[in-house]
Amino acid sequence: QRRAIPFTLGVPRNYDPTLHPFEVPREYTRALNATKLERVFAKPFVASLDGHRDGISCITKHAKSLSTIISGACDGEVKVWNLPRQECLRTVQAHEGFVRGICSRFCGTSFFTVGDDKTIKQWNWEAPGYGVREEPINTILGKAVFTGIDHHQREGTFVTCGQTVDIWDEQRSSPIRSFSWGVDSFSCVRYNPVETELLASCASDRSVVLYDTRESAPLRKVIMQLRSNTLCWNPMEAYYFTCANEDYNLYTYDIRHLDVPVTVHMDHVSAVLDVDYSPTGREFVSASFDKTIRIFPKDKGHSREVYHTKRMQHVICVRWSADNKYVLSGSDEMNIRLWKANASEKLGLLSAREKAATHYNKKLIEKFQHHPQVRRIARHRHLPGDILKQKRELREMREAQRRKEQNVRKHSKPGSVPLLTEKEKHVVAVVE
Amino acid sequence: MAAVTPEVLTSTHVEKMKKKKLPKRYWEETEKTDQSQRRPEEEQGKAGQNQNKSTVKEKSLKRKNGESLEKKDPFPGEAPIPQKQLQKFQRGKKCKVPAGARERLKEAIAISEAMSEHAQKQAARYDLLLPEDAGFLEGDEDEDTNTISQADIADAVDITSGSKYFNLHLSQFGPYRLDYSRTGRNLLVGGKKGHVACIDWQTKDLKCEMNVMETVNDVKWLHTEAMFAVAQKRWLYIYDSKGVELHCVKKFNDVLRMQFLPYHFLLATASATGFLQYLDVSIGKEVAAICTKMGRLDVMAQNPHNAVIHLGHPNGTVSLWSPNQKESLVKMLCHRGAVRSLAVDKTGTYMVTSGLDRKLKVYDIRAFKPLHSCFLPAGASCLSLSQRGLLSAATGEIVQVYQNVLGSNPVSKPYMAHRLRGQIWGLAYCPFEDVLGIGHGEGFTSMIVPGAGEPNFDALDTNPYRSHKQRQEWEVKALLEKVQPELIGLDPGQLSKVDQASFEQRHKEQIEALGFDPLAKDKFKPRTKKKGRSSAGAIEKRKRKVAHEDQRVFLSLSLLSLFAIISHCSYYRHDDASHRRCNIFKQSD
Repeated sequence: QRRAIPFTLGVPRNYDPTLHPFEVPREYTRALNATKLERVFAKPFVASLDGHRDGISCITKHAKSLSTIISGACDGEVKVWNLPRQECLRTVQAHEGFVRGICSRFCGTSFFTVGDDKTIKQWNWEAPGYGVREEPINTILGKAVFTGIDHHQREGTFVTCGQTVDIWDEQRSSPIRSFSWGVDSFSCVRYNPVETELLASCASDRSVVLYDTRESAPLRKVIMQLRSNTLCWNPMEAYYFTCANEDYNLYTYDIRHLDVPVTVHMDHVSAVLDVDYSPTGREFVSASFDKTIRIFPKDKGHSREVYHTKRMQHVICVRWSADNKYVLSGSDEMNIRLWKANASEKLGLLSAREKAATHYNKKLIEKFQHHPQVRRIARHRHLPGDILKQKRELREMREAQRRKEQNVRKHSKPGSVPLLTEKEKHVVAVVE
Repeated sequence: MAAVTPEVLTSTHVEKMKKKKLPKRYWEETEKTDQSQRRPEEEQGKAGQNQNKSTVKEKSLKRKNGESLEKKDPFPGEAPIPQKQLQKFQRGKKCKVPAGARERLKEAIAISEAMSEHAQKQAARYDLLLPEDAGFLEGDEDEDTNTISQADIADAVDITSGSKYFNLHLSQFGPYRLDYSRTGRNLLVGGKKGHVACIDWQTKDLKCEMNVMETVNDVKWLHTEAMFAVAQKRWLYIYDSKGVELHCVKKFNDVLRMQFLPYHFLLATASATGFLQYLDVSIGKEVAAICTKMGRLDVMAQNPHNAVIHLGHPNGTVSLWSPNQKESLVKMLCHRGAVRSLAVDKTGTYMVTSGLDRKLKVYDIRAFKPLHSCFLPAGASCLSLSQRGLLSAATGEIVQVYQNVLGSNPVSKPYMAHRLRGQIWGLAYCPFEDVLGIGHGEGFTSMIVPGAGEPNFDALDTNPYRSHKQRQEWEVKALLEKVQPELIGLDPGQLSKVDQASFEQRHKEQIEALGFDPLAKDKFKPRTKKKGRSSAGAIEKRKRKVAHEDQRVFLSLSLLSLFAIISHCSYYRHDDASHRRCNIFKQSD
């Protein structure tokens, strides 16, 4: 006896709140489930790019293509990778010694490398034909070792740093301008992606120096307690940059007010080596000598995510891919790793229902983020044993310092020991 | 197209089409006055254009008689929403911006308020799209609606609705208790002498029928029509919809009444020994067993708004229970004699009680205040509230249905009445139908009550017409968002409220900020003196000199904490050990 399937005229709805009691507890339960599922699906590691024969010192993205990156290793080798197929397209023995910096030209046809052999070389993106030797388009010999390079967003000029910060024109073989401020050496230089005439560099006298290419002298510098290794400009906000410091922190500065950093980002347990912003400008990723990479929101003091693997040793460089989805890390053990920027995101094309469900879950977690149970689950990240121990140790040390300071303040004349906020503590001076 | 002048048409052989005169609309008067105002402005504008010699001349479309073809909206702006409908979707009060708040906080509050308002308006507008309307019964000028008999109603309405009035003659197995499933499709009847049957009452399709060979005290559907619970003489049994016994729960003994909390998947049972027990039917565990110490629990109701169980006692009190506390949340003195029956409305605002003192009282359950009471010549033994607020009261063999009970106006006469042949034992409204089910000594009667059921159901919540697949999907989702029993309390929305920091929390934060505890005093440590003066006895003597100071500190701290408790006792917390007593003063009639 076949039973007739009832004919349903769609899905009639009635949003009367009395028909849907317990709104808040049900939403809370859904939020709790969403948080737990987010942790269940948090599998950020995508792929590992194998092939380099020495530690990786720098990575750069292609200016126009999302699927290509170049990496430079400590034995002078430069490899061009195709990310979707995770294979190396081309290998170039670019330098003898470390490859100190790579940058790609804005048009996407060539890239520049600088190395320990005091040369700047410009290469073609496309591989040469069969049987043709790999030759750089242009080679420039310098007087001293260059430690970093960056290219202008629109014009054919690039800047290198070493003993001095030099601005080069592509057609000339000597710099058109040189900036120096009595500093021994510079470790990193970056062009501002929005205000394309501004530059910033990290110097060895624990300072970050700002330049304008239209001026003849550097603008100003801020001296900190420890040296900054790298810096990165916020691609959305022209006046913010973040520098990765040796004292385990990252500092976001506003170039208009260099006396106090906007935010101090504290979570690493060893020196921070590299930092890169997401193309949305709302988050950045940092690589550290402790074998982790962390993702920080731009305005928060603590990281939202930490990625680590047993196989990943000291991470030297990170880049955030231009489609905001992936993070690339190059480390000491000759591997480049591809990670998801959002660990629980489902890759690929999502159906409309999946998208709606993801949005709903994200909003639920955001709505109930302050409830203790939800917060406890959302915050939980597994850390390797060494890093956990080091973190506890650091916390003890900081607590002890704070207590000692309080004691000194208690036992001295009121007002003689000033109360410094965390932000004010780290800047030594601002020099014009 | 209108730019083509009619002169072209006159040259053809086709008859000139008579221009239809447009019917005059009631807003046209205002349009003409507007037109007369606009014309001089238009002329000015045109003159201006000519003066400026603009290259692009916009020819405004005009009809022959000078009216502009550009249509104007006679009711500009958004359609207004009636205040009552907006009020229905109001959730909580507007957030007040605290004094001295930063810009960011003000912005955040403004944005979230705007979103709430938008959501409220959208929901209120959607009400227009609801497909059905509630029914009602209206008598002629002289006729009283309570004189209209069921047979007359069944003749007057269509066949399907007429068939909703029927009687099941089951006189053998004792008075019947009944329960409708949540969607209203299936009906479960249980006779006192052991007869249990489940029927799809609209198609009269018998799902299962059996005699459990024991006294049946109560029957209840669980979350779907797949399982039901029967409280038999000794223990609680759970059966499948085909009548197969699934579980015999021996922990739940002498159960007299049961209530199912659908969103928590809890079956609450009240026993003859005075125990209130909760069984989680999704994991099969007993969540709480509360010894109420109030004697035999015979009268039970649930508050659908906050899942609190109301129990009525022989001394006239009604107590409110949640599985998180060993004591009742609230105890109210409601009647002079025993409480015979209880009902709570679906919004959780009103409670209707009837007692042995032949009174029917309506209380505001949120403020614990009596609203009004009325005198019934024979007290109501069973009460039931429908989804739309119709109250049915059963006395002996008569059922009376009252309208507009919930509210401030007292009730004068019943809306409908029906006389049966057996002693009434159970009353229940069918969820989305205009039907009242009555279980009595001679079987079961289904009575038509126009305007009882909610006409518009939400297909994603409880859908009487759901298919097999829809039921599966719904069950999975319902299980995933099952609310934990710890969240049951008098205010279901407590999770959304800000927890005012307790005194200790604030104190802790103060310590952190200052770096030291301003209220703490270091313990006295006597200096060890040289030259033979720091023997143990001497040290103890010195300590005792200062001992009273420590005591003063301790006393002051305890006083401070007392003060904190007094100042914060106005904030209700459902995990408080204290319970509140409300003494409702005896009202004179």
